[in-house]
Amino acid sequence: MAQNDRTAFVMRDRSWHPRPYAPAYKTSVARSPQQALVSLQTPTASELTGPDFDHFALGLYDNDLLLNFRPGTEQDGLPIGERLIVYGRVVDQYNKPVAGTLVEIWQANAGGRYRHKKDAYRAPLDPNFGGVGRTITDADGWYRFRTIKPGPYPWPNDVNSWRPAHIHVSVMGPSISTRLVTQLYFEGDPLIPLCPIVHTLDDPDAVDTLTARLDMAAARPMDCLAYRFDIVTRGALQTYFENQS
Amino acid sequence: MPLPTRNSQGLYPETPSQTAGPFVHIGLALDVAGLTPREQEIGSNIASAEAEAEGEGEGEGEGEPIEIVGTVIDGNGDTVDDILVEAWQADAHGVYQTDYRADRAFRGFGRTAPGANDAGVWSLHTIKPGRVAHPNGQPMAPHINLMLFARGINIHLHTRLYFDDEHEANMACPLFDAVPPSRRDTLIAHREQDGAKPRYRFVIRLQGPRETVFFDF
Ligand SMILES: [Fe+3]
Repeated sequence: MAQNDRTAFVMRDRSWHPRPYAPAYKTSVARSPQQALVSLQTPTASELTGPDFDHFALGLYDNDLLLNFRPGTEQDGLPIGERLIVYGRVVDQYNKPVAGTLVEIWQANAGGRYRHKKDAYRAPLDPNFGGVGRTITDADGWYRFRTIKPGPYPWPNDVNSWRPAHIHVSVMGPSISTRLVTQLYFEGDPLIPLCPIVHTLDDPDAVDTLTARLDMAAARPMDCLAYRFDIVTRGALQTYFENQS
Repeated sequence: MPLPTRNSQGLYPETPSQTAGPFVHIGLALDVAGLTPREQEIGSNIASAEAEAEGEGEGEGEGEPIEIVGTVIDGNGDTVDDILVEAWQADAHGVYQTDYRADRAFRGFGRTAPGANDAGVWSLHTIKPGRVAHPNGQPMAPHINLMLFARGINIHLHTRLYFDDEHEANMACPLFDAVPPSRRDTLIAHREQDGAKPRYRFVIRLQGPRETVFFDF
């Protein structure tokens, strides 16, 4: 749900977000700006608006990664891996639901391999898994996906760097000021504390907010486990300008 | 997952960013990843005559058709060929059309990423945006808002693209008050050719003496 340009947002706390320059994550060294960001004292319509995807036509299986690589072929082709429901709410910093917003995810398969031209990891592709999904939050900010648990994978950073199991998550929010791309980790994964990308975050509480919790109450007996992952976007400050109408 | 504790101002902390990683395209630019696009995708055509011809035109596609070609250069001087760029712009009248419709001639929002054979060059097909009013009442110069996502970028970067053939408007743009004069030209795209569809080239430098201005707002 987009909003008008009279609503500003709570300032982004950049010390809570990852450090752009984080030498233990080697690629960040040459890709992090060295000059300070230029602060726009007065955000304009350019920053305070954004695309509203409430009317974007999604496919029937777009939020079902168990079925969406080969839709309609459940009988003969389900992906390999732990079947999961991943769900949660998108709210702003005041706990107000962010309705009608686009949530997109992508992930590796159960073996830790992405269906991407450039992923050359030796784990095999799963013929029944694409690894991409999207949905729109409902009126109360809820979103929901069905998928499989992604596998950890090695990556060229240190000699033996492994990513914890993770799902990449993208949220639009009501304006480009609220745009957010992050990663969801899984409760109890021993690779989380070893990961240089996780450690771009200084505050362990920040890592905790990226850790999805096992949610037995939402699991489907004999079918799927469930993990809950709530997402908080920047708080909308009401009536930035006096409303003339 | 329980909501995190409220901070001292009684606010929940924003969910922290993490890098979009090297495989961002499988989620946000499927064709670049080698995946079959779904029925509707957010692509690099922000405005297109084709969509207009399919109906729902209603003039949304009006404005001067242009192409933007760009590269992102890292601190080693290498082109960032796994970049994903998102663009958000006003229509020809300087109005942000927030209701995204894939089947309209003007969509306002787009995504682009270099393909395997593009040597790191990405492109956008759009129209030149109109002038949007600054809250102080003055018109801003035509510009496109860009967001950058990639491996090694831990929180996405915001910048703006301005046009070198809008010199007078650029000089008067209130946004530039916030930008040190010596760095203003990092926000300017350069017109390369005249023809049916003018092309503007924009080079974004993540580091170095001509580092592009990135904004916080
Ligand atoms: Fe990943």
